[in-house]
Amino acid sequence: MAGIVVVGAGQAGAALVAKLRALGHDGPLTLIGAEPVPPYQRPPLSKAYLLGEMDMERLFLRPESYYTEQGITLITDAAVTALDPARRQIRMGDQTLDYEQLALTTGAIPRRLPAAMGGDLAGVHTVRTLADVDRMAPEFVAGRRMVVIGGGYIGLEAAAVGAKRGLAVTVIEAAPRILQRVAAAETSDYMRQLHAGQGVTLLEGTPLERLEGRDGRDIAAHLADGRVIAADFVVCGIGITPDDALAQAAGLTIDNGIATNAQGRTSDPHVWAAGDCASFPWRGEQMRLESVQNAIDQAECVAANMLGADQPYDPVPWFWSDQYDMKLQIAGLGTGHDRVIVRESGSARSHWYFGGGTFLAVDAMNDPRAFMLGKRLLTQRRSPDPARLADPAVDLKDLLR
Amino acid sequence: MARITYVEFNGTEHVVDVANGMTVMEGARDNGIPGIEADCGGACACSTCHVYVDSAWVEKLPARDAMEEDMLDFAYEPDAERSRLTCQIKVSDDLDGLKVFMPEKQI
Repeated sequence: MAGIVVVGAGQAGAALVAKLRALGHDGPLTLIGAEPVPPYQRPPLSKAYLLGEMDMERLFLRPESYYTEQGITLITDAAVTALDPARRQIRMGDQTLDYEQLALTTGAIPRRLPAAMGGDLAGVHTVRTLADVDRMAPEFVAGRRMVVIGGGYIGLEAAAVGAKRGLAVTVIEAAPRILQRVAAAETSDYMRQLHAGQGVTLLEGTPLERLEGRDGRDIAAHLADGRVIAADFVVCGIGITPDDALAQAAGLTIDNGIATNAQGRTSDPHVWAAGDCASFPWRGEQMRLESVQNAIDQAECVAANMLGADQPYDPVPWFWSDQYDMKLQIAGLGTGHDRVIVRESGSARSHWYFGGGTFLAVDAMNDPRAFMLGKRLLTQRRSPDPARLADPAVDLKDLLR
Repeated sequence: MARITYVEFNGTEHVVDVANGMTVMEGARDNGIPGIEADCGGACACSTCHVYVDSAWVEKLPARDAMEEDMLDFAYEPDAERSRLTCQIKVSDDLDGLKVFMPEKQI
């Protein structure tokens, strides 16, 4: 039974199969996932789920019955061990499965500290899967000491959960400032104040030398500057790498993840890719986006293209992060900005990124109106007037006129 | 539990029972009802679960908070009275009989 096979049952895989059915594809459809559960939302893992405010079933993107009702064969807890593009076949151990078209939505793998730096010590965690978070959750007990390696969004969200639960939290960031890779200094400053106000210790420009296990579960974090921080457990948020091993072994082109063209097709005409694992040509580079928005939008675009739509993927990236009672929403990509306009009114604050006079992105902190407006302006490819933007007396809606 | 009627933009009605504690968005998602996308999964971060609540129900629902109000302000064709984000409406017995109408599109 050939048909469409989707390898990787995360947000992108789930969006892809749902879109295929919604577009009327009624042929055989198989979704294969490595984890023992149906596709689920990852964002709450480092937020509400870790805080114990959300049950596991509520994480599921669709109830299990959905796949049966839609005639989608969902295979969970399965490792796809090989891909043979010439034969249009995948292997799962001794089993083979033929496909007419294949989509790879394999996601990404969290970076770990090398074993030589203590990355394999008990009590050193990464945040990616439900199993990761279930393993880590019992560590979050008031009074315990938590060290977070990496001041990116994942690390800061975990730090916020720790602080909310009454843990003593230290965040260690090697770069001169937290969020350096993804945000302007203004946003780093805002987030630094937010966390400091909740009692989190932030050590920026402070590379980790190594973790050392001491008597049982006690961990010593040795910093490059000679300081030693004692911890009961450690959470690593040092980025992810695209899970492109299957594609690479099959000889598909790899370039910042599984390389696709604008339509999401890989170097093999019968194989497509979407989500965290896939790169696509965008604004002069082979771009890869790590977000829910990209997982959904690129997967839906690929679904349409698998059925012959021939649409290019041209996203308006957006993203969010919840920390304490602060909601950060981001529209666009600030890369390459040369100017940041700060807009503030009451508790709402937004940072607007411009490059060569063109509006690129907005970081909106407790300011959903700024986020929504920014997203709409990006969709319409319009740049607001910086002077009016900076003036809190100007209503945001007027900037659309 | 509440029996909720979801009406697609094309008029197709879906009547389903939704358990207490779930959101009106989750009721649509778990029953495969099209028209509510909920990209952010219910974090009040994307405004793609927008509906118009039946006029008779506007007063009976808990009021919108500031976040929902602001997100709706920029939704696709919001209605000052009837627009709601379904991820922000928790289901209880009091919502039995609720009827919501989908917009032409989300954002």
